Amino acid sequence: MTNVTSASFQTGCKPTWCPGCGDFGIWMALKEALAKLGYGPSDGVAVYGIGCHGNMYDWMKMYSFVGLHGRTLPAAQGIKLSNHKLPVVAISGDGDGLGEGGNHFIHAAKRNPDITVILHDNQLYSLTTGQASPTAKPGFKTKSTPKGVFDAPINPLMLSISAGATFVARGFSGDTPHLIQLIMDAINHKGFSVVDTMQPCVTFDKDHTYDWYRARLYKLESEQYTPDNKIKALEKSMEWGDKIPYGIFYKEERPTSEDHEPALVKSTLVNQPLAVPHFDEVLDEFI
Amino acid sequence: MQDSVTWKIGGEAGFGIMSAGIMLCRAFSRKGYYVLSTNEYPSLIRGGHNLVTVRISSKYFESMNRDLQVLVALNKETVDLHIKELSSGALVVYDPKDYEWKTAEFAKPVGLIPVPLTELVSQFKGPPVMRNTVALGVTVALLGAPLDILSDVIHDQFKDKKQAIIDSNIAIAKAGYDYVKEHFGNESSMHLSPAAEKEPHLILNASEAVGLGAVKAGLKFAAIYPMTPINALITFLADHAEKLGIVYKQPEDEIAGINMALGASMAGVRSMVATSGGGFALMVESVSLAGMMELPVVIDMGMRAGPATGMPTWTEQGELQFIIHAGHGEFPKIVLAPSDAVEAYTMTAEAFNLADRYQIPVFVLTDKYLNESQWCAPLSVFKKEVLIDRGQVVKESDLPEDDSFKRYRVDVPDGISARSFPGMKHGVYFCNSYEHDEQGHASDSIDGRVAMATKRMKKFEAIAKDTRGPEVYGDQDADITFVSWGSSRGPVIDAMEMLKEKGKKSRLVHFTWMYPFPGKEVTDLLSNAHRIIDVEQNATGQLASLVREHTGIEIKEKILKFDGRPFYPEEIVEKVG
Repeated sequence: MTNVTSASFQTGCKPTWCPGCGDFGIWMALKEALAKLGYGPSDGVAVYGIGCHGNMYDWMKMYSFVGLHGRTLPAAQGIKLSNHKLPVVAISGDGDGLGEGGNHFIHAAKRNPDITVILHDNQLYSLTTGQASPTAKPGFKTKSTPKGVFDAPINPLMLSISAGATFVARGFSGDTPHLIQLIMDAINHKGFSVVDTMQPCVTFDKDHTYDWYRARLYKLESEQYTPDNKIKALEKSMEWGDKIPYGIFYKEERPTSEDHEPALVKSTLVNQPLAVPHFDEVLDEFI
Repeated sequence: MQDSVTWKIGGEAGFGIMSAGIMLCRAFSRKGYYVLSTNEYPSLIRGGHNLVTVRISSKYFESMNRDLQVLVALNKETVDLHIKELSSGALVVYDPKDYEWKTAEFAKPVGLIPVPLTELVSQFKGPPVMRNTVALGVTVALLGAPLDILSDVIHDQFKDKKQAIIDSNIAIAKAGYDYVKEHFGNESSMHLSPAAEKEPHLILNASEAVGLGAVKAGLKFAAIYPMTPINALITFLADHAEKLGIVYKQPEDEIAGINMALGASMAGVRSMVATSGGGFALMVESVSLAGMMELPVVIDMGMRAGPATGMPTWTEQGELQFIIHAGHGEFPKIVLAPSDAVEAYTMTAEAFNLADRYQIPVFVLTDKYLNESQWCAPLSVFKKEVLIDRGQVVKESDLPEDDSFKRYRVDVPDGISARSFPGMKHGVYFCNSYEHDEQGHASDSIDGRVAMATKRMKKFEAIAKDTRGPEVYGDQDADITFVSWGSSRGPVIDAMEMLKEKGKKSRLVHFTWMYPFPGKEVTDLLSNAHRIIDVEQNATGQLASLVREHTGIEIKEKILKFDGRPFYPEEIVEKVG
């Protein structure tokens, strides 16, 4: 579709995010990325989880599946298998995608469906007013961990790589030009793409602010890093502290979940005729 | 000569008795006999005690008999465990190498048929598992049939294997057949009376019937996690996915399964899931999701003995109330409960139309007895055209260009609003688990909430048009009225025949449409009944509770069986007194 701009996605609803929320940056980058790729509101499907990230659909005009907390990826895969010609973007959070939805995350990655996951990663369950999420780093004081987080955090990049994702990247909601390109690359990539997006929560997180991130983030591209080696990618993913890399960590080409389905060779599932081929042959097997 | 013979084969898991049972069913069904076969096995892969029971009759019947006429024991334990079930004059086939049985060890008169199963197999250099093939040859001879009824089936059953395997199976079966002819040539007490020709019948279990019904009705996507007793549906769909042009996806858990199916449904494809009680418990939140999103989906719920892990390989009808009430919040659903494989096929096909027409989750309530027994079902049923009704789906050309399309418009007389599919220009909407307005935007306004909830509940009035009351069988002026649902029909029907022979008339009010409950029809049928007897396979009489809830009629007399085994008509007759 031509003539798509960010404005094409307006719904008339005003965002309800807190002013300064990291979600704004992600929203703007997603609209720009889709527009640049020529995908308009009826050309794809967005699948949302439940969380602050999940409220985005109200001000993002696209076919949307706003499902149950944690169940974003199964729904996205069902949609993709039914109409694999449509781009499918799963918009999830660190709680929705790695807590409630942790099992689904692992299995989606191993199947390699051609889906893009934008993970809003702020170490918190903000919509429920500030509990620690699976990515919360040790020592982080939150409503559910007043003495500071004790557990080791889940590392979404390492998890994605080891589970079989074929495009693994980290973005930052405070660097939208970079994020736009990352999202475009992720959507263009044929396979399971994860964009773990750092997204400061201005209301419940006084530690990991925009300034905190800006002092630490550095671009992988600046280092002549090539994302074609799993071991190097895993090592890079483990960097967190004074220096935090962002960009594309790992990328490989591998047949997708849809590639394996014989029923999808000639057309999308939704466009197949309802009449059943070979039905009588199958009946004969039982006589 | 016998009109009906009940034959049982027992041994350890891995002895090939399941396929032996299927072959026997196919062989005799092709010759015009009616057949039904059940299996019993513990939740193991090797060892344990496995049983297949086959009833063969020249006359139509609907359930298994309690007593056996022929017992084939592939180990001594089989006789020990089933000695009490032998009818007077039953034949006991066994390998004298396992144990040398004596007639004095049996309480009733029996015909001992020692056959050197192991030795015959080793003469053909076959593996021990082929003892069941010898036993099949023995059986065909004892039932008075020619061997070729079996060799044709062996040929078909093994058609994907090498000719040498087919040949050796036929030869080994012949060895058993010849042995009986030679050593027990005069034994004709279990010869079956001749059967009239009947149209070709399928021998299949209800899981396969569900699969066929779904596919015929246009199913394109299934996401099913393995769980007894619906696993045969997975095998059927996966084996035939390429031929039938469908996608079967194995999910990581039941929650993923139903959410994949809901995604597929939203994208415009007929989809289904299948599970048992424990797996369904995991799906319950997503059932509520289907209700809120107004998405069609079909769920095959195969009941087994609960609660929790329960008895995975044994049957029960314990989830009726659970299914009816499943899903937080209030929204319409439909629950169907087939009585046999034919209804498993037709009602599954019907379920897809109902789901699309009302945009709701529709349940097909099956159970282990249905799903894992071999039923004999007329081919003509499966050849009939199935009309496909996709319900209210917008035409892309009708969608207003100003994007004002309202997926959930409330100004519809029956609560059903047309839906669009992703990809359609100007059909964008938000398929939302939150309460929403007419385009799907989240909304918690007073008027909006009342309007949208009312819209969903209005569907109940429309569903009333499709709602079926129970079927009525038997004598209308009878003193006894049985009430049953789902797979309990067969045993009650056969019990009614037995009672009639004893001079007792009875009537059956049998339910296959469970919810929304047809209260008015039921009141009409039961309010003047004298002696109502509820017959079901659970401990609390769940159908009786439903009847009381919707009609006020309290059924005091109940025949409840919850030992994991299906009903036998004899025990119903005994309890009637």
